Formats: sequence, structure tokens, C-alpha cells
Amino acid sequence: MPGMVSTSQPTQQSFNPYTENGGTILAIAGADFSVIAGDTRQSEGYSIQTRYAPKVFRLTDKAVLAVNGFAADGNMFVKKVRQRLEWYRHAHAKDMPIRAIARLIQTMLYARRFFPYYVYNILGGIEEDGTGAVYSFDPVGSYEREACRAAGAAQSLVQPFLDNQIYFKNQTPAPGTSFPKHLPLSTVLPLVIDSFTSATERHIEVGDGLEIYVVLAKGSTSLQGITSIRGVQELTATSEGERVFVIRRDLKKD
Amino acid sequence: MDHFPTNWGRPRNDAIDAYGTYPIHSRPKNDQDAFSAGVQRTQQPIVTGTSVLAIKYKDGIMMAADNLASYGSLARFKDVRRLHPVGDHTVIGAGGDMSDFQYLQTILDELTISEFTAQDGHSLGPAEIHEYLAQVMYARRSKMNPLWNSILVGGVKDGKKFLSYVDLLGTTYSASTLATGYGGHIAQPLLREAVEGREDTLTEEQALAIIENSMRVLFYRDARSLNKYQVATITAAGVSISESKHLETSWSFAEGIRGYGAQTQ
Amino acid sequence: MAAPNVYRPTGFDFTNELRNNFLTQKGLPLPKATSTGTTIVGCLFKDGIVLGADTRATEGPIVADKNCEKIHYITESIRCCGAGTAADTEFTTALISSNMELHALQTGRKPRVVTAMTMLKQMLFRYQGHVGAALVLGGVDATGPHLFTIHPHGSTDKLPYVTMGSGSLAAMAVFESGWKPNMEREEALRLVKAAIAAGIFNDLGSGSNIDACIITENNTEMLRNVEMPNQRVQKERDYKFRRGTTAWKKEDVRKFVVDEQTTLIGGGDEMDTS
Repeated sequence: MPGMVSTSQPTQQSFNPYTENGGTILAIAGADFSVIAGDTRQSEGYSIQTRYAPKVFRLTDKAVLAVNGFAADGNMFVKKVRQRLEWYRHAHAKDMPIRAIARLIQTMLYARRFFPYYVYNILGGIEEDGTGAVYSFDPVGSYEREACRAAGAAQSLVQPFLDNQIYFKNQTPAPGTSFPKHLPLSTVLPLVIDSFTSATERHIEVGDGLEIYVVLAKGSTSLQGITSIRGVQELTATSEGERVFVIRRDLKKD
Repeated sequence: MDHFPTNWGRPRNDAIDAYGTYPIHSRPKNDQDAFSAGVQRTQQPIVTGTSVLAIKYKDGIMMAADNLASYGSLARFKDVRRLHPVGDHTVIGAGGDMSDFQYLQTILDELTISEFTAQDGHSLGPAEIHEYLAQVMYARRSKMNPLWNSILVGGVKDGKKFLSYVDLLGTTYSASTLATGYGGHIAQPLLREAVEGREDTLTEEQALAIIENSMRVLFYRDARSLNKYQVATITAAGVSISESKHLETSWSFAEGIRGYGAQTQ
Repeated sequence: MAAPNVYRPTGFDFTNELRNNFLTQKGLPLPKATSTGTTIVGCLFKDGIVLGADTRATEGPIVADKNCEKIHYITESIRCCGAGTAADTEFTTALISSNMELHALQTGRKPRVVTAMTMLKQMLFRYQGHVGAALVLGGVDATGPHLFTIHPHGSTDKLPYVTMGSGSLAAMAVFESGWKPNMEREEALRLVKAAIAAGIFNDLGSGSNIDACIITENNTEMLRNVEMPNQRVQKERDYKFRRGTTAWKKEDVRKFVVDEQTTLIGGGDEMDTS
């Protein structure tokens, strides 16, 4: 626990219950879809532990959670969130809405305020009104709904790029025009892929593989576009309701 | 009781003076956190084992570990078994503290017995053993009282190969080649080069050659290793752990070395 | 100002050591120098030495340079791979290279590898590890091929195959399972490339391309980027910005070509330029 050990006197070498496992995650919300992505490298120090360890998890047909930081805490946290969602399903005979999942995650994180889950969470999916949503959290539960967010090792590389390309920060529109509020999936997916190939180039902990989850709202117009993408795989069983797809790509392995 | 009034109302273990209220040289020194001063249970490994290696091959999983348990830099026990069968489909191999590993063996043996007595037609496979171990390890780290091990779990059940890792922090991952400790730095590059993409074609002889080569390189370069080791194979036919094997090594290159610098004789 | 009449040793000044340690203790650490995670290797073969290096330079977890050169020139038939603090490896090898040239001029002979090794170890020892250079020195001279490692504190090793840097364990594993005495040139180059590749793909501090250098008695071949296994992939979009994207507050157009007309005043006053 950095910062909790006094540096002013010799301290006994004690057990550190945390480590950092690298990697980066990001999510972007569209008008009627949401994209949640993460690389698949898990590392510790200068060693690659595995080239394939998922950081992005499907929770329900309309909610996907990405976790990044200390992998053991991340996996445990996802396990506990899924358990709470299952209990909800048994009690209410429906999936928990995404804004409720977001609040649930906040309370679960804050419950461990003094021994935190060392994990940055990004929740993406479809809101009850059919809009794309992204919620991002800090390790102790502060959260916010946003249009896009990057977290993890390469956050400082990817977030400024997203601010520029999604929010059009530091860009002036052509006279008499304005920037769109939401981008189409055909623009968002290339931005996500480029974010990760660039982060792989310049951050040593990012690479190996890329997993992109796409959640489409009921009757989303992006449906035709997505089925033609190379290597896309549908995870939802029925075509009514929200639909979840996953796209896998290779990243550089050095 | 802190008798220094300027410390009252401040965090007990604040290393920095956030408000810049003191010149650096006279900044008061706060006591250690009351909890960490009062409770002493964090340990360090005492009698330790080094690397464990494992790969996937055509018929299943092959795992290897040497027979050494070190006491610091002393090669204390040279006949220790670090590969342990659990049930009929699984082998676990451990590096790190040997007493913690032997404690885990008793827990797992008790678990196997209680599962057996249920007689419900189910048996624990490698995935279940790994999940159980991961929960035990994570729970102990969360109590700040870890079991000081890195463990590989390998097995075959229902035609599916399983190979996964868990350590004292509860960190888990799987891949077609795994190695703990120094093996992760020295053997893993060799294993990845030899195995990746060939998991379903490597024969037992080929897999054994890869493992033997890696164990030899580890013996050359890991000062806490031994040239006596065991190999476990887990296939659809079941678990088999070999008797101890000895490594063939070659030191002839040393003949040509004279000194470390300008010396010639 | 009069110079104080006290003895001042040459080299680094350690008078602030005590103060800096004190500040570190109080939570004000010194800024960290740029250091490189690296895989560098050297290997003896039948006719000489093969040196190898990756080309990634890092600043913490960030890749600072994707294609840097880590095999430095010492003399025509002596080269030196550097790992550790980037500036230290560059300046140390440049200084020794310079001194080796002067030494060669003075003696009128082809300089020896042990000379470079001794100069390097004596310099690094004098600086007590504060010059953070970890080196692999290789070359061929009148006494044959030689290969050394030199650690930041000044200790040296003389071995038939050596590795250094954060990828040294990965690379050494390849040497330990593949090195044989009296290898042919191609075989030795293949082994060195495999050792560097092991570092590139298994050590996060190493990456990008492979450099190699083959030194024989009367020829040195520098193989820059002999393998490039990590080419950047094509971007999905192109990022061109419309002219006028950047907002401005004030426009000021100036002409940089200055029209000047020189008129000579009077005669005989011109500068004598003959």
C-alpha cells in the first residue's frame, strides 16, 4: 500500500497484498450502441504472465464490464458483481438495468473503502431508454456517466486522443457547421482499434490481443454494418432485444 | 498516546506534510500505524522450492519440478516432492514455502476425501481444484496472512486439457506454457518458442525433451535449483508422476576460460 | 572571486550526498535518470565475435525510441553493446572510443580488446557505480577474439557467450540450450538472433528490431535491423485535420524575405579585404 507506510523510519519488509498487472481498457458510447474494449496481455514487472487474459466481461445482454489494475481483485470483483446480478434476476425475473448496476458497483467498491479493490472499472451498455451508456469508476467507487473513457496503463496516451476525436476538443468546426454529438459505429470501431495499436507502439504493458465488445440497442441501425466485420462473433442467443457482439484482433507481441 | 500536540488530529502515518506547515528539518515524526505495530503475522518464506514448469502437449499436460527445498542459500532437503496428485485428473506443483505447500496438500486431500464420500457420481477436475485453490489463496492474502506459494495446476478431464497458475496474491492466469519463479524468466521463453502453436501435435517424447532441456538450463542458471527432478504427465489415462531423474550436464566450455580480464594463464 | 585554497578531487562531486539522502528520507526524492530496459548479447564463434541488441529504449513503461542503436563503435574491430542509463552508455563508449584512437595513434598498433576493457572497468570503478553503464564488449585483435561483460561497478567477466540487460535471462536461456564451441558464422548469427528475439518477445523492456555485428580478424560487418519482426500495422483511419481546425486569437502575417538595398557612401572607406 504505497503512501500508507511511513518513510521517516526503517520499516520491516512487510507483505504487499497488491500488484499491478498492466493493460488498458476503454469504452465509447454511441447514440444506440456502446463499445467496450481491452487488450489481453497480463504482465507483472517486465514479464508477460499470459498473452490471453480477458479484462472485458459480459454481465447481461445489455451490460459489459471492463476491469483493469490488480488482476486478482478484478476477477474477484467481477465474480461478486455477477453473483449480485444473479440474485437480482432470481428476485425480480429480469436483468438489472445498467444505471442500477452502476450504482451497485459504486456501493460494492465503497464497501471496501479501507482495503480497496485495486481496480479501475468501466461499465458499458444500453440504458433503459435505448441510449448507449458508459460509466467509469475509480477504485473506491466515485463514478460518472460519460461518452467515452480510457483507463489503465495507457490511459494517459489514449484519453487525450479520445478527447480530440470523440469530443472534438481543440478542434474548430468549419464555419457554419458543428460537430456531431454522437459518432456512428463505423467511425467508433476504427478509433478503438487505432487507440490500441498506438498504445501498443508506445506502452510496454499493452499488446498481444484486443477484445472489443459491441452492445447494440433494440433495432439499432448499426446492425447491418457489424455483421460484415472480419472475425465478429455474436454472443446473444436471440435477435430480439439488445445484442452483444465480440470482435477479436491481434496486437504486436513485443 | 501521542504527546506531541502538533500531531493531534493529523493522519497517524502521513509521510508528507500536505499543508507545508513545518520546515522540512523540524517536521514531526508520526508513529507507525497502530494496527501494523500491534499485529505481527506477516511471514516470509523459510524452506523454499524454486521453479515449476508445465506445458500442454498432444495427450495432455506435462509438469516438472526439481527435488530441492532450500533454507536460504543452503540446499537443505534434496529429496522433496513438489508435484502432488489431487484426485484422478489433476496434478499441482508448487514453488515457494514448502510448509505452506504441505498444508495445502492436506487441505486438498481432505477435500478429495469428502468429495469421494459423497458418492454423487461427480469428481473434481483440474478446473475445480484450481478455482478452489485460487479462492483459498485470495482469502488468505485478504487476511494479510498469505500462503507463500506460486502453484501450477494441470490436468485433463472430459477430453479437455487444463493448465493454470495461482500465487500468494490470488493472481490467476492460464496459457499453453507456464513457469513459476525463475522459470518464468529463464524457461518460459524456451517453452513458448517450442510449444506455442504445437499444443495438439507434440508427442510425449517431444514434450519430455522440451521439459528436460528447460530443466537443464534452469540448473545451469538458477542457483537455488537441483539436477534431480520429477516429471508428471496427466492424460486421459490418468496421472503419473515419475521417479526422480538426473540431468546430464556439460561443463567442458570452462576449460577454455582464463581469468576475467587480461589474464592469459 | 578568489578560489578557495582547499584540495578538490576531480570527477563527481559528492558533497550533496548527505543532503540528498536526507531529502529523500523526507519524501522529496531526486528526479530519476532515463534508463533503458534492454537485451544485449555477445557470442564467440569459429572466426570471431557476433554481438546482438534489440532496438527499444524506454522511460519507465513508455517506449522512448522504437529503433535506437545499442551497438556502439569503439574501434574498427572492437564494438560495445550498452544497457542501463542511456546517456552513460553513450558517453562512456564515446570517451573510450576516443581514447582508443589516441592510443592506437601513439603506439602505432591495432588496439586490443583488453585495453578497451581495462579503460572501461577503471573508469566505471572510479565512479563507484554512479555511471550506470552495463556493457558487452567484443572484438578481434592480434591475440584473437575476445568477449567481455562489464558491470556498472567495474567488475568484468570473460566468457564464450554473454548477455546483459532486462532480457538477459531470456537470451541466456537460448545460449545455454544452443551454444556450441567453434560454430560457423551463419550458425552463430542465427543463435544471436534467436537470443535477441527471446528478449524482444518475452521481456517488456526489450522490443522492436534486431541489430547484429559480426567481427572477424579483418572485417567488421554491422547488420543494422537485420530482422524487423515488429512492423507497425496500418492505421484504420487517417488523421488529417481540415485547414482552420486550430483556433487563433490574432493574425499577424510577416514577410521573412528582407529586401535590402546597399548604398555606398563616399569612396575609399570600404574595408580592405585584399
